Amino acid sequence: MSESLANPLLPAPYRVLRNKRNTHDVFTLDVEPVKRGNSTLFSPGQFNMLYIFGKGDAAISISGDPTKEQPLRHTIRRAGVVTQALEQVKPGGVLGIRGPFGVPWPVKEAEGQDVLLVAGGIGLAPLRPAMYTLLANRDKYGRIALFYGARTPEDLLYLSDLEQWRGRFDLQVCVSVDTAKRNWMGDVGVVTKLISKASFDPLNTVALVCGPEIMMRFSVQELKKNEIKSGNIFLSMERNMKCAVGFCGHCQYGPHFICKDGPVFRYDQVQSLLGKREV
Amino acid sequence: MISKNESFPDALSAEKKVVFVARKDLPALFDSLWTNGFRILGPTLGEGAIVYDELNGIGDLPIGWTDEQEGATYRLKKRDDEALFGYNVGPHAWKKFLFPPKHRLWSAEASNGLKITEEKQATQKYALFGVKACELKAILIQDKVFLGGEHVDPVYQARREDALLIAVNCTQAGKTCFCVSMDAGPRAESGFDLCLTEILKEGEHYFIVEIGSAQGAEIMANVPHSYETGEAEKTIQTITAKTAKQMGRVMDTENIQSLLQDNFDHPRWDDVASRCLTCANCTMACPTCFCSTVEDVTDITGNHAERWRQWDSCFTMDFTYMNHGHARASAKSRYRQWMTHKLSAWFDQFGTSGCVGCGRCITWCPVAIDITEEVSAIRESQTAAKPTSS
Repeated sequence: MSESLANPLLPAPYRVLRNKRNTHDVFTLDVEPVKRGNSTLFSPGQFNMLYIFGKGDAAISISGDPTKEQPLRHTIRRAGVVTQALEQVKPGGVLGIRGPFGVPWPVKEAEGQDVLLVAGGIGLAPLRPAMYTLLANRDKYGRIALFYGARTPEDLLYLSDLEQWRGRFDLQVCVSVDTAKRNWMGDVGVVTKLISKASFDPLNTVALVCGPEIMMRFSVQELKKNEIKSGNIFLSMERNMKCAVGFCGHCQYGPHFICKDGPVFRYDQVQSLLGKREV
Repeated sequence: MISKNESFPDALSAEKKVVFVARKDLPALFDSLWTNGFRILGPTLGEGAIVYDELNGIGDLPIGWTDEQEGATYRLKKRDDEALFGYNVGPHAWKKFLFPPKHRLWSAEASNGLKITEEKQATQKYALFGVKACELKAILIQDKVFLGGEHVDPVYQARREDALLIAVNCTQAGKTCFCVSMDAGPRAESGFDLCLTEILKEGEHYFIVEIGSAQGAEIMANVPHSYETGEAEKTIQTITAKTAKQMGRVMDTENIQSLLQDNFDHPRWDDVASRCLTCANCTMACPTCFCSTVEDVTDITGNHAERWRQWDSCFTMDFTYMNHGHARASAKSRYRQWMTHKLSAWFDQFGTSGCVGCGRCITWCPVAIDITEEVSAIRESQTAAKPTSS
């Protein structure tokens, strides 16, 4: 995205290669740059602004594998006008993309430590690139565990990834759903309940958390109950965004701009704001 | 005092110089600006106020006019002299030129995939004529917002780079002014190309002109002037010291960053919310407020789309809209966000206060909410809440 480096407000054209349905309201778009020179490089936890012709922008985290040369991948939940239009895009269609933006997950800094990934719903999408990076450098980390909560078994994302990850001996994967029919044999309940099931060295553990704000708050409580240090807990925050580079003011959260100071924050950076209403 | 008409031998030296220009020679300054390719923007009468617009001559200035300001009050009044700058700041701020209220960012064509064309930035150079100290500070603050980070705003940059700043020292303060509290005036200290101080006494009418840049010196080379004889600095100090004493408002800024951070749940926010109309006037009039939104439009063919950016305000409901709701739904939270951002979070973000004490938010608030009063209400009650030593 070399062009947008000069003017961060100008999208570059990206062609849609595939539009794959994940669940009833979640889909994944694979795109590649129309012009050579527009890169697909990103760091885990970063996001792009996806523009669909005439409709507008949406901030979407990048959910593909940052360690491999491959199309840029975005997993999107249908929610508003832009994401509804994105859901209808067919292969060959062209989007405008600005990015990548934002502070990534501290995967490099976590080397030598145990790593916990805590995901709620679509929150797994920005965590997946972190997981790919951890697994590509498996020997650099201690124990790794993923705790993933979804509303129902039908809302679970990335089933083939999950199955593959669960098959590994060097990775613990715990999945829970809020509600399920009788044929569900897994855990039912909030994702935070899973955390104490895993084994990790609390004083030497980094936790990466992404999900609805309330889920992140309870996750932090649980992580702290398990004696993980505040400075080792990271959250990915979300707010209304227009520009993604700190000009428009929309994503302000206390002293922070979510777009450029985040979206990934160390817990103690946002600790004093998290429990407050209407910050 | 105005005796000789000397040339400016070392016109390109940016070393600070001070000269005198007679009132009758001020049109030559306009001529020099035009000759150097500038269009001149400055204060003029319009919309029942003193607003900023293009000036086509000295006569477009609000000569002999002043204003009376109070909370929710603004009145034009005739002066009993012919002062060119005998008034305070009006409803407009210079941001309307440097960051236009509505502008196109790019256009897109849907045929053959997607072709996005960047909006060409205007190349016209503008001289901002009559920039008060508080407004100069506001421009320097917006510089940090739009030019000081990792990314640079191309719209602001294009306009700002070419802008010539001609400041004017305030010779009188208004009833809603508090630039002294914010360390933003009344004297323009730096950041200008030229700075004028208007002297009008005992039949004399002239300007002390401080030269702040090489470009300023170049402009002055074509303006009849005389060298000052040693008393100019004292004169400026005397005048601005008198202005400083006239401030209609005061804000105690001691520990203000933590004061507001620590009082997120103060009952005063409910009190101010019961008065605030969330009309956004304060943010539109504020010279540092920078928030914007974008609007994507298509034409009737459906093949041509455009993205427009326009000023936005943290007082609107939609400002924080996300699909699961509004982050700041109540008036209380929106007023708190604005004031806490302006006076506290701004330090974290840009290393400076976001307030320059121009008083516009007080004057143009339809219900006369006064930011200085809100701060002292919080400060006083928090002081009262502290245990006393006795």
